[in-house]
Amino acid sequence: MGFIEKNTRAILLIELAAGMALTLKYFFRRKVTVNYPYEKGPLSPRFRGEHALRRYPNGEERCIACKLCEAICPAQAIVIEAQPRDDGSRRTTRYDIDMTKCIYCGYCEEACPVDAIVEGPNFEFATETREELMYDKDKLLANGDQWETEIAERLRLNSPFR
Amino acid sequence: MVNITIDKEKHDVEAGITVMQACEHVGIEIPRFCYHERLSIAGNCRMCLVDIERSPKPVASCAMPVAEGMVINTNTPDVHKMRKGVMEFLLINHPLDCPICDQGGECDLQDQAMGFGWDRSRYHENKRAVKDKDFGPLIKTTMTRCIHCTRCVRFATEIAGVPELGATGRGENTEIGTYIEKAISSELSGNMIDLCPVGALTNAPYAFHARSWELKKTESIDVMDALGSNIRVDARGPEVMRILPRLNDEVNEEWISDKTRFACDGLRRQRLDRPYVRKNGKLKEASWDSAFTTIAHFAQELKGDQIGAIAGDLADCESMTALKDLMTAMGTNNIDCRQDGAKLDSGIRASYLFNSTTPGIDRASAMLLIGANTRFDVPVLNARIRKRWTRGSCEIGYIGQQADLTYPVTHLGDGPAALKTLLNGRGPFAKVMRTAERPMIIIGSDAITRPDGAAVLALARQVAVKYEVVTSDWNGFNVLQRAASRVGGLDLGFVPGRGGLDVAGILSGAVDGSIKMVYLLGADEVDTTKFGNAFIIYQGHHGDAGAQRADVILPGAAYTEKNATYVNIDGRVQLTRLAVYPPGDAREDWTIIRALSEFTKHTLPYDNLRQLRARMVQLNSNFLNVDQAVPALWQDFGTEGHIKDTPFESKINNYYMTDPISRASETMAHCTEVFLRGEDRKTPANG
Repeated sequence: MGFIEKNTRAILLIELAAGMALTLKYFFRRKVTVNYPYEKGPLSPRFRGEHALRRYPNGEERCIACKLCEAICPAQAIVIEAQPRDDGSRRTTRYDIDMTKCIYCGYCEEACPVDAIVEGPNFEFATETREELMYDKDKLLANGDQWETEIAERLRLNSPFR
Repeated sequence: MVNITIDKEKHDVEAGITVMQACEHVGIEIPRFCYHERLSIAGNCRMCLVDIERSPKPVASCAMPVAEGMVINTNTPDVHKMRKGVMEFLLINHPLDCPICDQGGECDLQDQAMGFGWDRSRYHENKRAVKDKDFGPLIKTTMTRCIHCTRCVRFATEIAGVPELGATGRGENTEIGTYIEKAISSELSGNMIDLCPVGALTNAPYAFHARSWELKKTESIDVMDALGSNIRVDARGPEVMRILPRLNDEVNEEWISDKTRFACDGLRRQRLDRPYVRKNGKLKEASWDSAFTTIAHFAQELKGDQIGAIAGDLADCESMTALKDLMTAMGTNNIDCRQDGAKLDSGIRASYLFNSTTPGIDRASAMLLIGANTRFDVPVLNARIRKRWTRGSCEIGYIGQQADLTYPVTHLGDGPAALKTLLNGRGPFAKVMRTAERPMIIIGSDAITRPDGAAVLALARQVAVKYEVVTSDWNGFNVLQRAASRVGGLDLGFVPGRGGLDVAGILSGAVDGSIKMVYLLGADEVDTTKFGNAFIIYQGHHGDAGAQRADVILPGAAYTEKNATYVNIDGRVQLTRLAVYPPGDAREDWTIIRALSEFTKHTLPYDNLRQLRARMVQLNSNFLNVDQAVPALWQDFGTEGHIKDTPFESKINNYYMTDPISRASETMAHCTEVFLRGEDRKTPANG
């Protein structure tokens, strides 16, 4: 670029005008930001959010204490203890997930032979204390009850690809 | 030797072995379910099919003997197709419940389905359903998983000697079961769980508690009986979850008794986890310091001969060495490891060892059991005797109370009179003993714990001499101990020194006041009500009889919680390994005695296990020979004397509860209910 051209562009503020024109263009474009929390972006059915333990429609918990999720968890966030229930079936007496350890890889969900542990669509579970993030079986089952409709729909949408 | 070709390679193998064994020799693994080295050949799973040239059909390699010039193919597409076909058949009726199956992760069928299975099924009909059988409180059954390999049936019939299991029905309707609904009455039944290649028979007390991949495995030694079976302790965190056998042909082959396997839940109950000191008649929790100070304070006013020490049945050699040295330093000879009152001396090793060694049983040509109910004393050894008997030409004589030993015996009498008859060369068994090439005498605890035990031992020795039981290459004179600590204690000389008192002497001394302090090292089998006003120190791991009477309790470690030495009946020195840490404040036993010695101003000269083991070698050089049974020199022993002609009485009235660990075990309590009292109440695992 020659000396004259460079100085001419500087004096006439051409770069500035071009920049302002781009800004003006985006002023009239559709906005990409959403008014969170009143508006939310779209979520993939494969989104991996907060965990939940599901139940069968008759209310029986799905988890059979096979401990495959515990075995596969790369962060070792899951702790399970099992015992025969009074009716002789295999059930967990303890199912804890340390949500501060969890890396949300979704392996637990993939390992589960009965679709009991799932990572649901919920990502809004921030807490004020760390202790609240140590999920136990009751909390996970409650999550399952709360999110069952969404979880079932997501599994249905994803089923052709599994 | 025959020449065969396996997978295009020529090999020389022994004549008479099977094709599968030949393949195994040359390092080719053939998949199998029903075949097991220690059981007879059944050939009914068909998984081991191989292709043999010029044979019209695939051949089950487990049942086919090798022949000269045989050409065997184990790795052709045809063989793979056969295996896939067999696997598909096996899986037709096998439920897909691996996630809830306790065998999952260590299942032969699961492993082989990974190799030969298909990832989907062509079978759309309903799967066969079979009602679960009640095999008792130890074995949980899920019979729909059964693939009818009949290993359990063959084990019960051949090894355990209780033909209570069988297969009924044919084809799809085949069912394995006890013909009548009853628990399996064998002390070895737990081994069926290991033998079952699928999850049809699983460990009932362990049901659903852990997965095989979560367990930390530690190779160790069992102390529930004197055989010292080689075991693997599987622990999860601080808890021992289960106990499995390890292979050792010199000791337990691959079996363990039910007490060994199932009493491990006793390690979680009734544990002493902190020191206690009795104040105003009540045991109060205390610190180690105050417990030791209390003992030292009491001991300093005593003369040496006012102190006694008794070592229990589960005591390890390290702690017995330390206690012996401490007692010697305190100036007493009143120590004894024979709390059952066995009349055995520590000087001559041949007088208290199982001299033929356990594998020697296989070579015996006639056996005489004297007051030895081997079935309850050492069940695994009993299985070995049975194995010898099934091979034929081995008559077994038995002197003692009538008992079912799982093999036929010639009952010669109840008491020492029968032994005398035999010594005089009369009776039906005299000829058997005379003509036998390698006769064997097994004298049990029932015969030598009597007041005239020493004389009975001498009498048995005379019989041994008369019938040439001991020759230059064969020593058939065997003493069958009942307690894991006994041979070790005798090896270390944990018996009364010059002028010292034995257990009976210590007890009567405590009553008349001449013994003022008794140190019980895990001794619970002595009569603790007969200690008079003596000051009792109990060191052990369970709150059992000894701890209840104690004035000071020092919490020790159980056999799974310490690196310790035990000597088995053969005189084989074996080491246990620490699998979990002792609970609470409990410590390894020898360290407790070492710490106490500082308080009593008799500091023992060893600070670590190596130094202590060097001291053990000083006491008896045999402790150098770890995992070896060194033959003992045949010498004169036993003291002749008057023998009362009363029957040899069995002191074990409940096989399932003989020591502090099994007495604390819930599973063993269930067994007692079912097998002894006949109450067939179901365990929680059986629903």
